[in-house]
Amino acid sequence: MLGYILRRLLNTVVMVIIASTAGYFIASSALYPRGNYEAANPPIPKESIDAVLDRSNVNDETPLLERYGTWVSHVVRGDFGLDLDGNRINEEFGRRIWVSLRLLVIGSVVGATVGVLVGVVSAVRQYKLFDRSFSLGAYFLLSTPVFLLAILLKFGGIRFNDTIGTTFFFTQGEYSAGFEGSSFEFLVNRLQHLILPTLSIALGSIAFYSRYQRNSMLDVLSSDHLRTARAKGLTKRQSLFRHGLRVAISPMATFFAYGFGLLIAGAAFTETIYGWFGMGQWFITAVAKNDINSVTAVVTFTSVLVLVSGFLADVVLVVLDPRVRSR
Amino acid sequence: MATTTMSTTATRARTGADGLASDRLSRSELIRRRFFRNKLAVFGLCVVIFMFAIAFIGPYLSQWNYYENDFENLLQPPSRSHWFGTTQIGVDVFAQTMRGLQKSLIIGLLVAVFSTGLSAFIGSVAGYVGGRTDKGIMWIVDLLLVIPSLLVLVILSRYYQGRSWLLLVVGLTIFDWMITSRVVRGLAMSLRERDFVRAARYMGVPTRTIIARHLLPNMASIIIIAATLNVGGAILGETGLSYLGFGVQAPDVSLGTLIAEGTGAALTYPWLFMFAGASLVLTVLAVSFIGDGFRDAYDPGSAKSQKL
Repeated sequence: MLGYILRRLLNTVVMVIIASTAGYFIASSALYPRGNYEAANPPIPKESIDAVLDRSNVNDETPLLERYGTWVSHVVRGDFGLDLDGNRINEEFGRRIWVSLRLLVIGSVVGATVGVLVGVVSAVRQYKLFDRSFSLGAYFLLSTPVFLLAILLKFGGIRFNDTIGTTFFFTQGEYSAGFEGSSFEFLVNRLQHLILPTLSIALGSIAFYSRYQRNSMLDVLSSDHLRTARAKGLTKRQSLFRHGLRVAISPMATFFAYGFGLLIAGAAFTETIYGWFGMGQWFITAVAKNDINSVTAVVTFTSVLVLVSGFLADVVLVVLDPRVRSR
Repeated sequence: MATTTMSTTATRARTGADGLASDRLSRSELIRRRFFRNKLAVFGLCVVIFMFAIAFIGPYLSQWNYYENDFENLLQPPSRSHWFGTTQIGVDVFAQTMRGLQKSLIIGLLVAVFSTGLSAFIGSVAGYVGGRTDKGIMWIVDLLLVIPSLLVLVILSRYYQGRSWLLLVVGLTIFDWMITSRVVRGLAMSLRERDFVRAARYMGVPTRTIIARHLLPNMASIIIIAATLNVGGAILGETGLSYLGFGVQAPDVSLGTLIAEGTGAALTYPWLFMFAGASLVLTVLAVSFIGDGFRDAYDPGSAKSQKL
């Protein structure tokens, strides 16, 4: 089992290297930082443009492989280089990563746990009111793009604030600028900012996981081993949790890795709409600015997240399903 | 579960044994009947037909065009002349929404058809040929799934921005086949060991012919279902890109750009994005009802778990 996990870990590391390399080449070929300066009026002398581009190692007159070599030699030392304005990307990265991780980790944990719970309850109470209303809701949520959901929640929050007369939901930023108060009040203020963006990305995952969990739970519910569990004298609840859920939840682990990729894409919209300065919002502005190094940094970040979540999903699968261990 | 699998195999065995055209016809008749018995699927079909009809006929019903400005009516709520109201510069929102709906529907449909075709081809080759080809293809699939396709398309936007929207279709297609190809691969791997495929192989039928004549027809139902469900995903992908400004470009409009433009002042003027948003959600919802309807009709065994 340890050997299997180590092999998967090695595979993950190789994939991260390949994905970030692919990201670097795609970004270098598609983005054209020289264009930012060429159109300037009065025109900037070519030497100055070259100097600026060389500083960040994004000069398109340097061969791509040479640029890649320089980039790699910095990245292995944990340095993502400079953006076009000459600022260190690592600083920006360090600031933004926590903003995004807070959103993504809370969003995925809430999405997966609530989704699995809703799916299990829906399967157990198939065709009852709970199942029907949540299934209909899930269909609607899966058909609503994240950006529309985020906008609707934002407007709903603002309407709610107007109705009760005070600002309960904040819809811009992570915390109120210049906020003063005790650390507890500051925490509450952060929570008030956090609720709507987290809901925006979690609701979709809840719908996603609940549908799959409901299906796999329904398959398990009609299986023989569950009947055996009941026959040997376990109560319905005991048999459901000990023999039903354990089997039904393991296919979810595979979806978790895939769902996480969707979540990251969703975070790009949510961060833009709610004015959070996270990785997703950084990515969008960096592409618009033709900032190759920043774009590659974000791509590396997302590939690490997707692969780590895939790795964790595999570990969970090994723990849940003894058959996988022998592989 | 066991009984349903057995009965499906039994049906297939009978179809194979008789091999009569009338038998096959009755199977498609059966599927058609099962589909139309499903109320949600029929509802979805009606909505999609309505959306297509209104998107292409609607512009002729209204006196306004999506690029015309009515300077006497700026930012007016829905009225008899402007059914969905007007924007800040007096453009008729109904005409805009219809134009956006056209674009989003066509792009969604094309991307779904192309990407499903691509995944059927790649998946069946990987599953049937196996060995190193399979390993290589699955490795590429894994790699493409690591970086979210939306991010890649945003980076690559320079290649299709300001050019034909057909390039956008190509881009969305290239990054939208991976999941379906995995499903197809699994099916191809199981079909590969079936007697009729083995017989063909031992008779020396070339791989190309086996895939085209024996594998793909036997996976047709799954491929049709996947194509339908992919339409929704493709529409969401296109509108997402357009929302961020990396998809369909002005002066052309899609539902995504309409929602992006409309939300600036939408708190006070909700008609600016409401109609585009509602038709987007309704279309995707209807498409997923149709897809589920197909699945239930082809494989009644799964109906129990798929029905609302």
